[in-house]
Amino acid sequence: MQKKFAMAALLAASCGAQAADADLAAIRSQIDEMKKSYEQRIAALEQKLAQAEAKSAPAAVAAAPSSLAAGAVASPSSAGAANGFNPEVSLILQGQYKNMKNIPERSIGGFVPAGTEGLNNRGFSTDETELVLAANIDPYWRGQAIVAMIDGSAEIEEAWAQSLAIGNGIGLKLGRFRSGIGYLNEQHPHARDFADAPLMYQAMFGDSYTQDGVQLKWLAPTPLFLELGAEFGRGANYPGTDRNKNGTGGAALFAHVGGDVGISNDWRAGISWLKTAAQERESGFMDINGLAAKGAFSGDSTTWLADFVWKWAPNGNPKYQNFKFQSEYFVRQEKGNLNCSSEDAASTCASVQESNYRTRQSGWYAQGVYQFAPEWRAGLRYEQLDSGSRDFGANAANLQVDGYRPKKTSAMVDYSWSEFSRVRLQVAQDKSMPGLTDNQLTVQYIMSLGAHGAHKF
Amino acid sequence: MRTLLSSLLLMLAALPAWANLNIFATVPEWGALAREIGGDKVRVYTATTAFQDPHRIEAKPSLLAQARQAQLVVAAGADLEIGWLPLVQRDAGNPMIQSGRPGYFEAAAYVNRLEVPTVLDRAHGDVHAAGNPHTHLDPRNVLKVGEALTARMSELEAANAAVYQANFKTFSGKWQAAIKRWEQEAAPLRGVAVLVHHASFVYLANWLGLKEVGTLEPKPGIEPTSGHLSELLARQQTMPAKMVLRAAYQQDGPSQWIAGKTGMPAIMLPYTVGGSAEAKDLTGLFDDTVQRLLKGLR
Repeated sequence: MQKKFAMAALLAASCGAQAADADLAAIRSQIDEMKKSYEQRIAALEQKLAQAEAKSAPAAVAAAPSSLAAGAVASPSSAGAANGFNPEVSLILQGQYKNMKNIPERSIGGFVPAGTEGLNNRGFSTDETELVLAANIDPYWRGQAIVAMIDGSAEIEEAWAQSLAIGNGIGLKLGRFRSGIGYLNEQHPHARDFADAPLMYQAMFGDSYTQDGVQLKWLAPTPLFLELGAEFGRGANYPGTDRNKNGTGGAALFAHVGGDVGISNDWRAGISWLKTAAQERESGFMDINGLAAKGAFSGDSTTWLADFVWKWAPNGNPKYQNFKFQSEYFVRQEKGNLNCSSEDAASTCASVQESNYRTRQSGWYAQGVYQFAPEWRAGLRYEQLDSGSRDFGANAANLQVDGYRPKKTSAMVDYSWSEFSRVRLQVAQDKSMPGLTDNQLTVQYIMSLGAHGAHKF
Repeated sequence: MRTLLSSLLLMLAALPAWANLNIFATVPEWGALAREIGGDKVRVYTATTAFQDPHRIEAKPSLLAQARQAQLVVAAGADLEIGWLPLVQRDAGNPMIQSGRPGYFEAAAYVNRLEVPTVLDRAHGDVHAAGNPHTHLDPRNVLKVGEALTARMSELEAANAAVYQANFKTFSGKWQAAIKRWEQEAAPLRGVAVLVHHASFVYLANWLGLKEVGTLEPKPGIEPTSGHLSELLARQQTMPAKMVLRAAYQQDGPSQWIAGKTGMPAIMLPYTVGGSAEAKDLTGLFDDTVQRLLKGLR
């Protein structure tokens, strides 16, 4: 052990000649920490030895080697992980039971389906199992990958590297990441307060918006939290489509402000902008006679989002009691053209019809979640969308253009045994489809095992 | 727009001068220690109060904004802040305070930690791999951490090194005398059996020779259950405790229940600076803690 220490010191001394002052200081502090950690290990081993000696002689012989190993494992340096260089690993287990009407092609009335998965899953089902791997790559970068696995497919949900050493409040993220727009968008489903994404997110992005690209953030050097962000990327996800081209396929900008009000209240507000482009984005329509037709949109989508979160906890201690209010609003404009086509010879779209396409749609939700005991929370969510103006140009004569205001009310109660396990009961009255009221019941569990999760605001 | 700009400029102007070391302390005790060492040569922001469970904090916007400007983060360490501090470090865009850099200081790294688990399994609750993180309630640890923190602060702000060292020398002298006094006063507490709400007082018990015979939480981080409390009550026959202790940030229900059933006093300890009116600073914290414990004995 001493030899190791001496070698480290030698190494530090030889590197020191070229190293900058800051590096020297870092090495010194590391050595200091190593020393402390070794002292601690020796102390732990001595303690173990004393305990072992206290037992009968044969037992002590057997116990000594195993306790040696245990002692070494048991006192990892507080700066590192217990697994040495292995990344932090965690696994999210989720599943649910759902009772609702059987509607094979569930969609939101007045909105183009955004490709939300598993909308009509009834009865028992297992949701995606998420495997999270994260670690510091070197002093300059940290990396994280999240693989979502379900039924024979594994999807890279996120895979990014984040800068640690740029400074001046600048943060850079490279790879596939959840976009920083809105409030809920960055949260994984297991961190949400309700069993499903708000209708607004389902209509906007299918569930949430993920970008392959670059994110640049800047945190202002002010006591008030002010963060500005910009993202450039492939823009392959809904409302955009994957296009084979050089350059940027989608871009986003966002600004967040936030702070404390007294000791018991915290808030954050934000505004975001997302621009994507679509080429032949296909979705199902009904033609004027009620026959199935396809519409392919090519053009630009511009989405604006406003978000607001308020959290309250007595004395700022959320453990026993806290309340969280959050609300978001979006408005989206799409401009371009629409090709309607149909395989049905009787359809008005039997021969391809092209027209202008212009829509302006909006929606919002508001929710409150109250934790009234350490283990118990209850929440209420109301949401409403507006199909707004949908101008199909010449295709208005070929396709049904339905206007609708989808609404949904959800209530939930959840119980957490610990920070790592939760079970939730949710009831909802879903009026997101014209002429239908669907009363839904969901029972859901969320478990996380492995590395300690992050308490994101 | 113009008012927004001018208010932003005002905020920038209101920032402290860079001549002072800007310290972000995660918990009140280490914030107070940094103030003892730094005096008027430091600006200390304390992220939590004595009434907040330091484990349950979120990476709030205000914490990010403060960490952005910090030159030194003073943390308790041993995973106490694992839920939020790593997030704050990463999202603050401040390379100085990253782990492994001189601007990141963990108190737990400089003391001998107790309750280091030999088996890491969450079946034992929210255990900390590096041992019990509530190290400050042994005043001898405060001295060890103070020595290391003085060295670190001197390294970061060499111009003020002499001041830091002088301040710490004064503090250390006062502190050693105070430790003697507390140890004398607390002599009757040696061997006294206590129940605790959470394992927050391991180092205190180790120092004063209190005998911890049970925790109200069935496992660390899991709230007391009626079943577990009844078990503790039954155990009172064979292993009688003299008092039940809780920290200012823990709810009083469970310890009051035990106290009501057994007649033992339920004692609220300030736990950290600011936890009681008397615990205005580190000395006040220990004065008050010892007094409250002695009161429980009567």
